[in-house]
Amino acid sequence: MSDFNLVDFFWTWVWPLALIIIHSAAILVILMTVIAYVLYADRKIWAAVQIRRGPNVVGPWGLLQSFADLLKFALKEPVIPSGANKGVYLLAPLVSCVLALAAWAVIPVAEGWAVADINVGVLYIFAISSLGVYGIIMAGWASNSKYAFLGALRSAAQMVSYEVSIGFVIITVLLCVGSLNLGDIVAAQDTQFGLLGWYWLPLLPMFVVFFVSALAETNRPPFDLVEAESELVAGFMVEYGSTPYMLFMLSEYVAIMTMCSMGTILFLGGWLSPIPFPPFTWVPGVIWFSLKALALFFMFAMVKAFVPRYRYDQLMRLGWKVFLPLSLAMVVIVAGILQYTGWAVK
Amino acid sequence: MNDIVKDYFPLVVFIAVAVVIALPLMIAPFVIAYKKPDPEKLSAYECGFNAFDDARMKFDVRFYLVAILFIIFDLEVSFLFPWAVAFGDVGVFGFWSMMVFLAVLTIGFIYEWKKGALEWD
Repeated sequence: MSDFNLVDFFWTWVWPLALIIIHSAAILVILMTVIAYVLYADRKIWAAVQIRRGPNVVGPWGLLQSFADLLKFALKEPVIPSGANKGVYLLAPLVSCVLALAAWAVIPVAEGWAVADINVGVLYIFAISSLGVYGIIMAGWASNSKYAFLGALRSAAQMVSYEVSIGFVIITVLLCVGSLNLGDIVAAQDTQFGLLGWYWLPLLPMFVVFFVSALAETNRPPFDLVEAESELVAGFMVEYGSTPYMLFMLSEYVAIMTMCSMGTILFLGGWLSPIPFPPFTWVPGVIWFSLKALALFFMFAMVKAFVPRYRYDQLMRLGWKVFLPLSLAMVVIVAGILQYTGWAVK
Repeated sequence: MNDIVKDYFPLVVFIAVAVVIALPLMIAPFVIAYKKPDPEKLSAYECGFNAFDDARMKFDVRFYLVAILFIIFDLEVSFLFPWAVAFGDVGVFGFWSMMVFLAVLTIGFIYEWKKGALEWD
């Protein structure tokens, strides 16, 4: 390295690194802002179903509510219980939050917009969302409180149960696509039939299984047994307050948006326009993607408002005795059809 | 940069940026918020009682069973991933080998169902 050149070094290392950092930061900041309004929308929709007004004081129509909440969380007294295992207790919300955010590195909100366009994108998201259980187990164990401990156990068992059926759902889509790259999955749904060519139609049962499993996987109502207020108070986060609690809430909503995006990519054609000719194809892909993901989130919010909470045994029965056999059978059926009609992607 | 680094380095950077965003949020109240701890405030929450005993108690073995079942089925899914991606290339032989594998696992699944491992009364 005698002829070390500072200019070369800058253009081959520093500049690409700076670009990646800016790209990542931009995606994360936009994501956080979207989450702030998704939270607001969640509360507003819930309120509207119950004929209430919902948040309407901070800012016009309450639009700044989430930011006021952020400020409130940051100014709350942080309490670390004396019996808690301090290191793990403080690490848990950080782990949850970072893992939830990490999934967004590979999500293509429009063609080629992912920070890391890796060819095992689906596998990466599957792995990262599995790791989310660690944050919960750590929180529940380190709090040294019975409610937190029981909540963590329940939550872990629940997430783990539904992850299996999500795995099989993803397999059926992969059989049709033949690639683990999220961009390729969207591209494979680009046919002349527009929204009728997306996978939600041929794989409709799997779309339903995916949606319900996504509710369970993100601990959303009607599967929010972790936070069943009447019995476990706040589940694994009962000992948390202030921003550590906020990080758990944030990671929960990030995970929900990740699931909505995964649903969009796997079944609703990602950034593709529903009607495959101009002027609809002139609309930027990111707008279509956001609309679809938010429509899925609207369904999440409506389910929260409409459906009564499941009992734990019902939850486990649905996961292991209904969804698992159903999705396993669908893998076999889809594979069989692809094999014997010659539709399999070479 | 070689290809692996080019593909996966952004992931590392992204996770680092996520940490940089999450960490100040985490630390902020410890720096700026009002703090006045007392023993009651710091005790574990138990509906107004003093905590009876250590919270890390014995728990239902069914959670353990669920964890074991999860490992089996998650491994099965992991086996299916490469098969699904290469589905067009593995041909009829590949298709039927995987069907035999799935059948063996399904027999195990039926067994544990009959044994009552999935019951949560």
